[in-house]
Amino acid sequence: MTAIDLGLPGLAGVPTTDEPQKAKDYKSDQEVRWCPGCGDYVVLNAVQSFLPSLGLKRENIVFVSGIGCSSRFPYYMNTYGMHSIHGRAPAIATGLATARPDLSVWVVTGDGDALSIGGNHLIHTLRRNVNLKILLFNNRIYGLTKGQYSPTSEPGKVTKSTPMGSLDHPFNPVSLALGAEATFVGRALDSDRKGLTEVLRQAAEHRGSALVEIYQNCPIFNDGAFDVLKEPGEAAQRLIDLEHGKPIRFGAEGEFGVVRAGFGSLEVAKVSEVGEDALVVHDAHLEDPSYAFALSRLSTQDLSHTVTGVFRSVRRATYDDQARAQVEDAKAAKPADLAALLRGKDTWTVIA
Amino acid sequence: MSTGVDGGTAATGAQRPPAVTKLDRVVIRFAGDSGDGMQLTGDRFTSEAAAFGNDLSTMPNFPAEIRAPQGTIPGVSSFQVHFADYDILTPGDRPDVLVAMNPAALKANIADLPAGGTLIVNTDEFIKRNLTKVGYAANPLEDDSLAAYQVHQVAMATITQGALADTGLGKKDAERCKNMFALGLLSWMYHRPTEGTERFLREKFAKKPDIAEANVLAFRAGFYYGETTEAFAVTFEVAPAKLAPGTYRQITGNTALAYGLVAAAQQSKLPVLLGTYPITPASDILHELSKYKQFGITTFQAEDEIAGICAALGASYGGALGVTSTSGPGVALKSETIGLGVMTELPLVVIDVQRGGPSTGLPTKTEQADLLQAMFGRNGESPVPIVAPQSPADCFAAALEATHIALKYRTPVLLLSDGAVANGSEPWLIPDVDSLPDLTVEFATEPNGPDGTFWPYVRDPETLARAWAIPGTPGLQHRIGGLEKADGSGNISYEPDNHERMVRLRQAKIDGIEVPDLTVHDPSGKARVLVLGWGSSYGPIGAACRRVHKRGHAVAQAHLRNLNPFPKNLGEVLRSYDKVVVPEMNLGQLALLLRGKYLVDVISYTKVAGLPFKAEELQDVLTDIVKGVDAA
Repeated sequence: MTAIDLGLPGLAGVPTTDEPQKAKDYKSDQEVRWCPGCGDYVVLNAVQSFLPSLGLKRENIVFVSGIGCSSRFPYYMNTYGMHSIHGRAPAIATGLATARPDLSVWVVTGDGDALSIGGNHLIHTLRRNVNLKILLFNNRIYGLTKGQYSPTSEPGKVTKSTPMGSLDHPFNPVSLALGAEATFVGRALDSDRKGLTEVLRQAAEHRGSALVEIYQNCPIFNDGAFDVLKEPGEAAQRLIDLEHGKPIRFGAEGEFGVVRAGFGSLEVAKVSEVGEDALVVHDAHLEDPSYAFALSRLSTQDLSHTVTGVFRSVRRATYDDQARAQVEDAKAAKPADLAALLRGKDTWTVIA
Repeated sequence: MSTGVDGGTAATGAQRPPAVTKLDRVVIRFAGDSGDGMQLTGDRFTSEAAAFGNDLSTMPNFPAEIRAPQGTIPGVSSFQVHFADYDILTPGDRPDVLVAMNPAALKANIADLPAGGTLIVNTDEFIKRNLTKVGYAANPLEDDSLAAYQVHQVAMATITQGALADTGLGKKDAERCKNMFALGLLSWMYHRPTEGTERFLREKFAKKPDIAEANVLAFRAGFYYGETTEAFAVTFEVAPAKLAPGTYRQITGNTALAYGLVAAAQQSKLPVLLGTYPITPASDILHELSKYKQFGITTFQAEDEIAGICAALGASYGGALGVTSTSGPGVALKSETIGLGVMTELPLVVIDVQRGGPSTGLPTKTEQADLLQAMFGRNGESPVPIVAPQSPADCFAAALEATHIALKYRTPVLLLSDGAVANGSEPWLIPDVDSLPDLTVEFATEPNGPDGTFWPYVRDPETLARAWAIPGTPGLQHRIGGLEKADGSGNISYEPDNHERMVRLRQAKIDGIEVPDLTVHDPSGKARVLVLGWGSSYGPIGAACRRVHKRGHAVAQAHLRNLNPFPKNLGEVLRSYDKVVVPEMNLGQLALLLRGKYLVDVISYTKVAGLPFKAEELQDVLTDIVKGVDAA
């Protein structure tokens, strides 16, 4: 079943400008202080290059971040911004987005910020469907605290805090978001400018919470974590890029595809063996999140099958739109009469 | 309707009106099982007293468990109401009349009833099983253990069921109306107006008219029982109080606080976002505010305490008035965000309705032990202003004051209420809305930096408040956050001198907040002992001081509403007295601050029983100290 379109464009209410904008308009005067070679630079450039295409007034864009390397992001954007505290950016952004329908609010967070200390806020923001775009920079390591394992690190990871190997089973951020019934979930690689920009564009146009997981390389503490997805010989075998309405096919020659398996799950098959008709046609608008969840589980997080693009994009009323509607409904129904409120029903008068 | 057993005169002969005794004040305590509806009963009696024009003060006392095991001591819920023909300050130390709906309620409360006090007992519950449950070897109604009291034994459940026999209501439902029977009886005894209660019941049970009628019938049955049985030889009148002229209503602290925030929204012309998480005893602020969306108030019930305050801070960043409400455990969780508010210098009202601690502590009992948490409970030098209301009605003004400080100085403000203030009630002289303070703020609209851009940390030289530009303001894009800010530009700065300056600037801003001078009440004009309190202890301290005066001793009273910064004249006031007594419901937190700041060796008198001070205990403490000083 396809969800009902509520007819609310993602950026409705945010003032636009006819003045042409360039990427450099979005660069602040602050020196960017990430390590040389950090994937964050690539994402920053992609975002600064992409935002002008939205045609929004810059003063109506806000970036809110938590703590971690990626959370320095707002300082480098010539928009409004708040670098807040660890894990809490979605909660702060929820208040901001609810108070201000005229803002395009973006959250920048990392795997530690969003999934460890801030895991609770992330899932609740997603289930409420607050109108926020959440960019989750996943480098599978703690960078700012110098190299401890993170909740997305592969099991057995040897780090400063886990000399005998980490014991935790990692989160799959896309699966987690879908489990929280996020209305928009996408994934992109930092190095794939085109793919990243396309996911960002769709996220911006989505009304509601959009979670975009970005695989991002940390050259200092987890260098090469995603190299297999970037090597010419390997990438085509591993990367499965989604396009709504198209059969899911990948491989250097398009020789692999995704087909249905038991219990609602999906699996990879050779097209030559199953036939083109057996391939699943990607439908990002399916109301039931199980399908997108199955897509997120094509392999473990060993990157053997890494799905990118937009897993899910469905319409559901947003928390902030509804909260504002309740206020408006109340205003229409009852006068804001303070004197009457203070008097209440039962009073008595003392005469001088 | 003469089935009741009564300890008074037998109901015989023709009816004659009982004698009427005039009293200046009465304290009644309704006590029963958690499921007996004692809070509702007490609340209705209070409304009747208010409608009659008495001054009043109330103290609910209930367990944290919603339904503790029935008939047990932990399950006892009570409501004490003090009403008078003059201005009273406390809910009363001890009841004059105790209504005990079961053996547990009797056992838990009888020690508070002074000899000669009136005890009204629901005999139906005094059966062996219930008596055993609370450790009564013998029925106290049948031995002489209650001989010191005027005992009225009334089979409330039986009579109520009899009165409702024709309504078709099941036995159990009928029995549940016995609290209204008790209310009816007390209403008769004290000549209370009854129309309000009948109207209330019909409105409350509008969707269940049969239940509404049953409750009205039970209420009337109680009233007629008093009138017809002659069991009660005397009824009592407490005349209306001669309060200051004006129109009054009865109000609880939590409601007054919520109204104060509604007024703050109106007076600041800002939308309010309350980000909060339910917690006893603060939840009623959320419940109340959620009803007033027409005033531009959004209530956000967050996933946890942290998200609640974060959403409020996010809303403030967007130019709304962010508010969060909680109790002590919630403040602990919110500490880091309060620190972010201190660093980003954004307005934020943080309401802490204090309860017994530490940890989960005593959720439904009162305490004042979060003062030092409010003052210092954050990392780094992180000063926040603190405002504490002194009574239920005062919560309205305290909310306006906290908002005023938050907006004017761009800072989180802690408002320290407590369980006694929050759930207690008293008459409130309804303010004229035209007299409320103007709380409007000016947002920055123009660049203010030397380089032609907007500098968020350029300060007003008078208040030291920083410039506040909200998102959506063209040309003023800037970034703020928890990292140390460069003085002026607000850019990240790790410079040693800058940090030194910024820490001192943030402190100076809070220290410079204008608060009214402390006023001292000394009717004799020659007191050598000062009693200094803060928050909800105002009532008992004031009542105790009155009694000390009546005994012919001189004592001065002052009460702190601003705990940070302190009033400018506080040091001078402290040094003007031979002795300063500081009663607190903690282990001496204000005393510690006073000694540290003013080097005055105050006498700390403390209590942490989960209950407010009794005027009688303070009166004894004060009398001893005054006598000692006078003798020296």
